[in-house]
Amino acid sequence: MNIKPSNFRAHLPSLPKSKTGIVGLDEITDGGLPKGRPTLICGAAGCGKTLFSIEFLVHGALEYNEPGVFIAFEEKAEELAVNVSSLGFDLKQLQQDKMIRLDHVHIERGEIEETGEYDLDGLFIRLGYAIDSIGAKRVVLDTIESLFSGLNNQAIIRAELRRLFGWLKEKEVTTIITGEKGEGTLTRHGLEEYVSDCVILLDHRVSNKISTRLLRIVKYRGSEHGTNEYPFLIDNDGIWVLPVTSLTLSHDVSTEKISSGIPALNKMLGGEGFFRGSSILVSGTAGTGKTSIAGCFANETCMNGERCIYFAFEESSRQIIRNMQSINIDLQQHVESGLLRFFASRPTLNGLEMHLLAINKMVIEFNPSVIVLDPITNLITVGTPSEVKSVLIRLIDFLQSRQVTVMFTALSLNDTVNEQTDESISSLVDAWMLVRDIEFNGERNRGFYVMKSRGMKHSNQVREFVISDEGLNMVDVFLGPEGVLTGSARKAQQLLEETGEAIRGHALSRKDREIERKRVVLESKIASLKEEFESIQEELNKTYIEDQLKQEVMEKSRREIEKNRGGDN
Amino acid sequence: MSQKKISEDDWNLDNEKRQYVLRLFVTGASLNSRRAVVNLKDICEKYIKDDYSLEIIDVYQQKHIAEREQLLALPLLIKSHPLPEKRMIGDMSDTEKVLKGLGISI
Repeated sequence: MNIKPSNFRAHLPSLPKSKTGIVGLDEITDGGLPKGRPTLICGAAGCGKTLFSIEFLVHGALEYNEPGVFIAFEEKAEELAVNVSSLGFDLKQLQQDKMIRLDHVHIERGEIEETGEYDLDGLFIRLGYAIDSIGAKRVVLDTIESLFSGLNNQAIIRAELRRLFGWLKEKEVTTIITGEKGEGTLTRHGLEEYVSDCVILLDHRVSNKISTRLLRIVKYRGSEHGTNEYPFLIDNDGIWVLPVTSLTLSHDVSTEKISSGIPALNKMLGGEGFFRGSSILVSGTAGTGKTSIAGCFANETCMNGERCIYFAFEESSRQIIRNMQSINIDLQQHVESGLLRFFASRPTLNGLEMHLLAINKMVIEFNPSVIVLDPITNLITVGTPSEVKSVLIRLIDFLQSRQVTVMFTALSLNDTVNEQTDESISSLVDAWMLVRDIEFNGERNRGFYVMKSRGMKHSNQVREFVISDEGLNMVDVFLGPEGVLTGSARKAQQLLEETGEAIRGHALSRKDREIERKRVVLESKIASLKEEFESIQEELNKTYIEDQLKQEVMEKSRREIEKNRGGDN
Repeated sequence: MSQKKISEDDWNLDNEKRQYVLRLFVTGASLNSRRAVVNLKDICEKYIKDDYSLEIIDVYQQKHIAEREQLLALPLLIKSHPLPEKRMIGDMSDTEKVLKGLGISI
């Protein structure tokens, strides 16, 4: 037998799925909830179960043309409609359009006397009628556990629930059943026993007074799924889950460069700037101009017509705009033209995971080519360094997959350069720049150097980082016998060198004149020697010509004589 | 199983004439439903003979009323008169509880 597993697999039917339309969830579940089967959503009170199920129905109705029935055991239909209208879901309209049907099942303990055997046919009939009346493909039972508080005979309820889920499967409707989390069990009454296809757990964790919402797929029979806890957001657009834990390190890389906005810095980085899609860390002590570097980078990006988001965790956007104006960088114009977006919030606004989600969401919506996080050190206040690191890893990963260049600024607290600084993310970033104070000669100046820059030749020199009215610049520092010179010491040294240069220049010109004179003397000497040589040559030539003439005359006379003798014969 | 239908006028008449106004919701001829009808009739004939009106409604025939009447567990007996309204579920085999629900003390 020679069966290739891959070929073999292709012939197998895959589990049909029903898309939830909830951002991110369909990716985690590899396509949605199991179609035609019940899914259990459990979690503590207020963790978003009802919202989750409503979204499932609304997206089904609006996007996938699948009508849905919502059976509410807890909230009245009108209350529900009001509660979700804040998310922009018009349940009333959807009900009129026969896309959604709401039914509130009222159960109150003690109201009903039990006089013997009974069943839940009433519920079956109601549900069946609701499903058939609009041709529903999706059903939500929220929270069916209320049955246990309204009726006494648990044996009957359990038997009926088993029958109900079987019946729903027969009807081929995709069902969400919500259940309240119990002590040590997923649901208070063990609903997970009946729903074996897919179980999703929602959690709402509060640590350090800051809440984080998490989603985990506990089980999903017959399907691949992400097994992590995924943080999710509930905001104006409803639920937003992001599978931000893919750490495959397989994203594309770019060789394109992106300017830092500081020409001298570009030069330090080999001429053109950072790689597009890389991550840059600017760290330094307080007041060393980290925000200015970041602002400059944002400005340059917008100048090139690209988009940028500036996440500020320390200052408000107005503050940053005003402060950047003082160094001749106008960020306001970019905000107005829509290229630059500020997002200023205190880190304590959200948990870390929520920040990550919010950043991801904004990046997806705005699609910038550069984002700035200023500063990441403040995030420590809402998480431990290891948590911050984990979040940043995922953030960098996400941004690199989208080719977004990110600049982090980080505050280092001590003045000594610590190689393990800054949430120990220095190993994650592609380029690391350090601004540090140099205290010397009664002044505090800024020293700037590139600690690392992956994949490019970069300067190993310390520069002085100068912030002036005109903007930012990196100036060469002077290395004197007393060490690195910056600030006024550098200026003094510069003056000194200029003076020296003038003196040297003077000396040089004197020597030049001397040489010129010597040259003139030598040249005249050469001329006289040449003339001497010519006269000698002429003399020599003269005797030579005379000799020749003499010889010619002698020859001539000899022939004359011979001729005369012959004539005599 | 007999089914008795009463019009609005009859209803008012009955209200004056008869003390107990009962409605029993059943699901066709299921075991529980049949038992409930038999048991309830027995109880009524025994304790409140000629002093009641009983309407038996098959929910399968009128599915839309399930939502209106907030039906859940069946069979369901609603006593709407005398007040307070009382709801009882089950096959009415527990005579004591049915009587308690109807407000009849033996």
